Amino acid sequence: MSYPWKGRSVTRLMPTEESVELMALVEDFAASELAPKAGPAEESADFPRESLRALGAMGILGLPFDSAYGGAEQPYEVVLPVLEELARAWLSVGISVSVHYLACFPLAAYGTDAQRDRWLADMVGGDLLGGYCLSEPQSGSDAAALATSAVLDGADYVVNGTKAWITHGGRADFYSVMVRTSDHGPKGISCLLVDGATTGLSSAPPERKMGANASPTAQVILTDARVPADRLMAAEGAGFSVALAALDAGRLGIAACAVGLAQAALDAAVAYAAERRQFGRAISGFQGVSFMLADMATAVAGARALYLEAARLKDAGLQFGTAAAMAKLAATDAAMKVTTDAVQVLGGAGYTKDFPVERYFREAKVLQIVEGTNQVQRLVIGRALGQGPARQ
Amino acid sequence: MKIAVCVKQVPDTWAEKALKAADSTLDRDAADGVMNELDEYAVEEALKLTEAHGGEVVVVTMGPERAGETVRKALSMGADSGVHLVDETLHGSDALATSYALAEVLKDRGFDLVMFGSESTDARMSVVPAMVAERLGIAQLTFAQKVEVSGPTVTIQRATETGYDTVEAQTPAVVSVVEKINEPRYPSFKGIMAAKKKPVETLSVSDAGLDAARLGLSAAWSQVEDFAARPPKAAGTIVVDEGDGGAKLAGFLAEQKFI
Repeated sequence: MSYPWKGRSVTRLMPTEESVELMALVEDFAASELAPKAGPAEESADFPRESLRALGAMGILGLPFDSAYGGAEQPYEVVLPVLEELARAWLSVGISVSVHYLACFPLAAYGTDAQRDRWLADMVGGDLLGGYCLSEPQSGSDAAALATSAVLDGADYVVNGTKAWITHGGRADFYSVMVRTSDHGPKGISCLLVDGATTGLSSAPPERKMGANASPTAQVILTDARVPADRLMAAEGAGFSVALAALDAGRLGIAACAVGLAQAALDAAVAYAAERRQFGRAISGFQGVSFMLADMATAVAGARALYLEAARLKDAGLQFGTAAAMAKLAATDAAMKVTTDAVQVLGGAGYTKDFPVERYFREAKVLQIVEGTNQVQRLVIGRALGQGPARQ
Repeated sequence: MKIAVCVKQVPDTWAEKALKAADSTLDRDAADGVMNELDEYAVEEALKLTEAHGGEVVVVTMGPERAGETVRKALSMGADSGVHLVDETLHGSDALATSYALAEVLKDRGFDLVMFGSESTDARMSVVPAMVAERLGIAQLTFAQKVEVSGPTVTIQRATETGYDTVEAQTPAVVSVVEKINEPRYPSFKGIMAAKKKPVETLSVSDAGLDAARLGLSAAWSQVEDFAARPPKAAGTIVVDEGDGGAKLAGFLAEQKFI
């Protein structure tokens, strides 16, 4: 059974009646509260904390999580279209919500009941925002080489090290932090749920990025930060598996955000091509332009279908890591291509800040890099095909 | 306290609106329906008042079956229950008939306040709140930009062109609100889920004990004789200044009765 929802850009088949109402709510909020603020806030690098709080009050920050802890227990088939709609209005907000889910994942999926009882309801309740700390200055794609150390001292881990490229760095209320508890390579990694107010936790000034500047990215620095040992998620040494499992779901979020961004660029290009007249008619009437638009629309629809397929595998409890990597790869490459072509359709106007497509173009690039570069996605997919290099 | 909020489903603000050729009434199928924007402010204010003082919010609408969506929206924002007056006989009712029907539905239900948005985006007459108050024989506090309740006394700031008047009355009373009053909340997903389980009472004209002869198009006090689309903008008049440009402009303005 599926329920049609006719959005302003896309008609979707949703799995339940309430998910149709949810989509209408999200589209309405995104159009009235997010889209008008996106351009100016990106220009001045203003983090939309209040918009995220409003989304929290609507229940969006707890959408995929257990209803026993105040979540809405929605399948990814619903969660991802919601992220797509948010990102269509404002990519940085879509990324924020996706990263928040990523940060909640270790506790939600690997915490003990006692740990969940203690922290999960607050984390998914809408007021708090999370961060996810895996990368380090010397450990990016080679995540297992991370060096931030956590040494047990009495009832606490004492944590020292620097985490890099952290979304919400310095602004998050809590962080899921991958640390090294022993020298055994990937098996020496553990996951700690660290309170943002922990003494010894600080952040560097936000990175000066090419785009998505309303979404703060900063180093998180831990200096003799004492983290209570009961904040260990899963067992000591299990952290790398937790991190990778979190990224499988996180990649789906990025894929959905990429589709939203690409859709926004497509919509802008279609609208412009219908209005702009040259040689006595709208430029959309020229095959050279309409074929470009057709290719853009097909790329967006294809990427959307791919993330939905991966979401359905996940929702059914099946292996979805490879499908998620494919969705992330295809959707973010599509977003780069579509936003590039949108600038081309708008011509000189597309290269100016008077139109949003130059911003979309700059924002698309980061999606090919975050949560595993697209080269790492190919590694994941290739490995699953039995053709990649064996894990060291 | 017990608050009724009267809400109306109207065509989406941005939609192309059309009249039906057959009976010159609004073509409600031509556009998506949404809750009249000012009614959202009334719902929000009612929710705030009951959050502060306790009580319940009942949302009341009159309109075709589809208007039930608007009741549902108010319930998802947090209203407790709904009443939907729906009947073919109501089609084409004017403001007088609407106020009669609403007053009959509202009376004897023990409401302390009956709240409205101060106008609807489709009819834009701003008269129904006052008419309902008159029919119910209770005070009317209209165009409120602020509402305060203290015991049986309700005090509002009535927005005026130059500022506001402070007006108060004893409950029960009718209050209509303007958009300055608050910022309506978005429903939460939990609110959407909860709304499905909230009671909505559906009434026909006879259920409500209404006199059908006083309702509908045939009972309306005015009839639409004819209508036409607004003509496209004509080319402007160009005044060539031959030393008498000022006089010509003044003449044009006088002719159009601007001065």
